[in-house]
Amino acid sequence: MIGFIQGLGRSVIETLQRLGRAHIFLWDMVRGIPEVLLRFSLVIQQLHSVGVMSVMIILISGLFVGMVLGLQGYNTLVDFGAEESLGVLVALSLVRELGPVVCALLFAGRAGSALTAEIGLMKSTEQLSGMEMMAVDPVRRIIAPRFVAGIISMPLLAAIFSAVGVFGGFLVGYGLLGVDDGAFWSQMQVKTDWHDDVLNGVIKSIVFGVVVTWIALFEGYDAVPTSEGVGRATTRTVVHSAFAILGLDFVLTALMFGGI
Amino acid sequence: MQKRNTEITVGLFVAAGIVAIFVLAMKVSNFTDFTDDSGYQVVAEFANIGGLKVRSPVTMAGVRVGRVSNITLDENTYNAKVTLDLYSKFSSLPTDTSASIFTAGLLGEQYIALDAGAEDEFLKNGDVLHLTQPALVLEQVIGQFLFSKAEGE
Repeated sequence: MIGFIQGLGRSVIETLQRLGRAHIFLWDMVRGIPEVLLRFSLVIQQLHSVGVMSVMIILISGLFVGMVLGLQGYNTLVDFGAEESLGVLVALSLVRELGPVVCALLFAGRAGSALTAEIGLMKSTEQLSGMEMMAVDPVRRIIAPRFVAGIISMPLLAAIFSAVGVFGGFLVGYGLLGVDDGAFWSQMQVKTDWHDDVLNGVIKSIVFGVVVTWIALFEGYDAVPTSEGVGRATTRTVVHSAFAILGLDFVLTALMFGGI
Repeated sequence: MQKRNTEITVGLFVAAGIVAIFVLAMKVSNFTDFTDDSGYQVVAEFANIGGLKVRSPVTMAGVRVGRVSNITLDENTYNAKVTLDLYSKFSSLPTDTSASIFTAGLLGEQYIALDAGAEDEFLKNGDVLHLTQPALVLEQVIGQFLFSKAEGE
């Protein structure tokens, strides 16, 4: 019994300590940002590995998500004779929800896990402590550029995802199911608001970018420096990112669209 | 060379992202509506607006000429006070233009249809439309129909 209570207490204390370390880490990263912006070539390198390498998966999944939305939406809407609203359905679901959320989940799997593994391996091969020995702050030199690259990449990827998805929905709706293309686009434009829908989606994706990159980098930086520890940290990145994305999405949606 | 390739791909990536946001703005959303938003506002009072919402379309002869920008209750008359944003290119609407609330289709959304009057003066910013026709509430219509049916027997 005592052992159980002790275990409970230990896990709570450890969780709180991890949370505290994560926030100190976030603060260190944020303080490193101005310096990073002066040496932007570091960020460009990271934009390549974080952003450019994720484009392919985003393009393909975006296209297919849009196409599936088109098919499924048509099946329901046609019962009400409202298949012209297919464009609205596809565009609003992508721009408001699926674009930022699915894109962030893919981003966590594709780029987040890679970041954790990279940082974790740097730690376990003592490259990070080596840098500290040379009086180079690893948070500023290694971590902060990746953080900035993640924040820049995520909204761009989400926008690409949504745009390609709308196009996929159009392909299925117009090409396969014979929805009128003029009605498809015009209804979409009438019902989708630039500020309320598109910009809020972009804000969501920026928030997800910050959170996913933060989790990925922290898990790598805080990993137990063994091969097993790095593996576990990578798994945790994906799992925790998914939790964070879906939970935050609810909060953001309630704030942005709750009143509408 | 390696560095150059990296920079080129990153440039392409950022450009693609910006193009995607641009497409979302121009092609998907109503961003283009805002470019000629320097229109004028008129107010119309309705006894009942039914399911009219902010951002509902305002049309004349079926052509979209503006949108609803605000809906409040006038606490003196207990009428709904609806502010219409009309595009500036439609600046020659007569002052005795009438406004009615119609439904697009049987279950569709509600919109305001304007009917031009015969006055020589045109509507200006802040004018009030006096001739209005409230929304048709389906339950009332059915109720009236049943009532008159029962009366007739």
